[in-house]
Amino acid sequence: MTDRDTRVVGVGALGRVEGEGALRLSLRGDEVEHAALSIYEPPRFFEAFLRGRGHTEPPDLTSRVCGICPVAYQMSACQALEDACGVVVGGQLAALRRLMYCGEWIESQTLHVYLLHAPDFLGCDSLFDLAASHRADVERGLRLKQAGNAVVELLGGRAIHPVSARLGGFHRVPSVEELRPVAARLRQAMEDAARTVRWVSGFDFPDAGCDHDLLALAAPGTYAIEGGVPTVMDAPGLHGLRADSGQPLPTRTFGLRDFGRHVVEHQVPYSTALHSRLDGRRHLTGSLARFAISGRELSPTARQAAREAGLGDPAEGAVCRNPYRSIVVRAVEVLYAVEEALRIIDAYEPPSRPFVDVPPRAGVGHGATEAPRGLLYHRYRLDGTGTVLEADLVPPTAQNQGAIEEDVRRAVHGRLGEGTATDGELASLSERAIRNHDPCISCSAHFLDLTVERG
Amino acid sequence: MTADPAGGTAPAPGEDADGRPSLAVWKFASCDGCQLTVLDCEEELVALAGAVRVSYFLEASTEAGEGPYDLSLVEGSVTTPQDLARIAHVRRVSRRLVTIGACATAGGVQALRNFAEVGDFLSVVYARPDYIATLADSTPVSAHVPVDLELRGCPIDRGQLLEVITAYLAGRSPDVPRHSVCFECKRRGTVCVTVARGVPCLGPVTHAGCGALCPAYGRGCYGCFGPSDSTNFGAFVPLLRRDGMDTLDVVRVLRTFNAAAPEFAAVSRREEAR
Repeated sequence: MTDRDTRVVGVGALGRVEGEGALRLSLRGDEVEHAALSIYEPPRFFEAFLRGRGHTEPPDLTSRVCGICPVAYQMSACQALEDACGVVVGGQLAALRRLMYCGEWIESQTLHVYLLHAPDFLGCDSLFDLAASHRADVERGLRLKQAGNAVVELLGGRAIHPVSARLGGFHRVPSVEELRPVAARLRQAMEDAARTVRWVSGFDFPDAGCDHDLLALAAPGTYAIEGGVPTVMDAPGLHGLRADSGQPLPTRTFGLRDFGRHVVEHQVPYSTALHSRLDGRRHLTGSLARFAISGRELSPTARQAAREAGLGDPAEGAVCRNPYRSIVVRAVEVLYAVEEALRIIDAYEPPSRPFVDVPPRAGVGHGATEAPRGLLYHRYRLDGTGTVLEADLVPPTAQNQGAIEEDVRRAVHGRLGEGTATDGELASLSERAIRNHDPCISCSAHFLDLTVERG
Repeated sequence: MTADPAGGTAPAPGEDADGRPSLAVWKFASCDGCQLTVLDCEEELVALAGAVRVSYFLEASTEAGEGPYDLSLVEGSVTTPQDLARIAHVRRVSRRLVTIGACATAGGVQALRNFAEVGDFLSVVYARPDYIATLADSTPVSAHVPVDLELRGCPIDRGQLLEVITAYLAGRSPDVPRHSVCFECKRRGTVCVTVARGVPCLGPVTHAGCGALCPAYGRGCYGCFGPSDSTNFGAFVPLLRRDGMDTLDVVRVLRTFNAAAPEFAAVSRREEAR
């Protein structure tokens, strides 16, 4: 690394992430000139073909953006379309939506924790290797994932692209009796989830921080999942703090209607996903942001698990800015989601109708929910018959690309400061820095009507 | 072992030292839901990992083994110039190639572009369309290479996937019925939503495999498994109209996840031209 020529390191195809991406690092000496996360996932043009569809169709159509978080797409779409039509869904129907979302959090976050992320800490290539060396752990993870799938399957018929969600609620709601076996399974899952937090908290975490603004939804009195107000916590660098600071920092909020004025997307030549910036700055959504902004709203059980796992006390506003530890935060969120699902089931009384009517009207509607990987925003403009005139989808991974590239840059820079590193070592270090954020690449490769043209 | 349908170009089996056949999972344009179905086989996954060598499965593993592979599962449709070369490669290194899901089998939801000008779509989504390489149409794998079996569904059914894998492991033909969803509805004991409630339902023209989920959840089938092998649209479309659908509704309901499946595409084009 003594010559001054540019050295290029390529990671051809990222493994253990959802979708297709690659990374290109340009190095000059110890400096990282550029870390480019190249998403070559082919574009699928959702925003384009949604134009001309009926207002009842986007929940089913947009769930196909992502097989790993279809419920998130259905829920953001329903919320945005109901907003456009001036309908608010409350009571038990709203509770059932949260229950279904908890199911997706459990299965999708457990998938990342055990199948995609844990192998990085245990020196394995995959779940299949892990099954040989850590069979009991893998079986626990699969059981826990299955408990989440059971929730989505009961409410939605199947775990991937469930069929029951619709505008105004559901095509069908469960009976109290049908929920009983799911509740029994969730009670068993509480133990698996608690053990998962303890298991991952014992992993060996590199020292690291992230100097990004954090963006998550916040809702009074609850850990925001299926709705809330966009809330931003400053990056530590703005306050003269180190990137790995655990200090809570001031937050600000903005209305969902103004989302497009704050989060602005732009295109880069090396990616089919649009990048975005929040008020002109790099930002991060997802588990670390939610924990920082809503940690106080976690249940006492989840708060205690977080404290014991070394994340600090969420009741005191603990913030975790080490992206490697996001696996611990995800495990705490899974524990919370299991408990929350049980709470909703215990309080459940079947609504008199499975849905409320959502008659179309001309207008614009906004919706945002916390997909497992972060804030997912939808906007639709309808005409008076309900025909979709415009659709915008802003998924979390598109928002996180800038933060992911900066994390890679920081990790590689730190490593080069310690001495010579092979391309292979830098590549695997970079892959780990990317997987910390559980990128969902299929989601990120289809976007928006753009207002900004970049040359 | 059955004869190789690719015309004798298949390589020797890729069994490892333990005699385990090798499995590869490939992704083209898709949502990942069908390959996620592999990981959703929670109860069978550990046994599966013992019975086959998972040689290439990027979503689940950073290890990329060398081909050839005994069984390749292909998710996603062909939408870019690079995909054309890649699918030919997949065929070359695969003894058996099974497409999994509506994208790989019929072009998927992204085949809605086939009914529009792709240039218009590009400019809606991207400010700099010149950065994006894409083909005008989204096409199924079978449009480019011979396919041994197509598994339907958006997403595929977990039970059908396991049936295909175990059948190939046992050296027998997979049992994947091609009749309509109506058969599954009867078997499930669900009251017909069309007959009893006048709800439009694609069940009579849709390929079985899901277990007739939608009628059991109070809605009409939306055709996510694509056309069955015995459709009669001449009789079926008037039923949709009787139950309240106008021409636009009929076109929309046929143009979702299997829009480019030949039977659905022909009827939606005909209706649109009315």
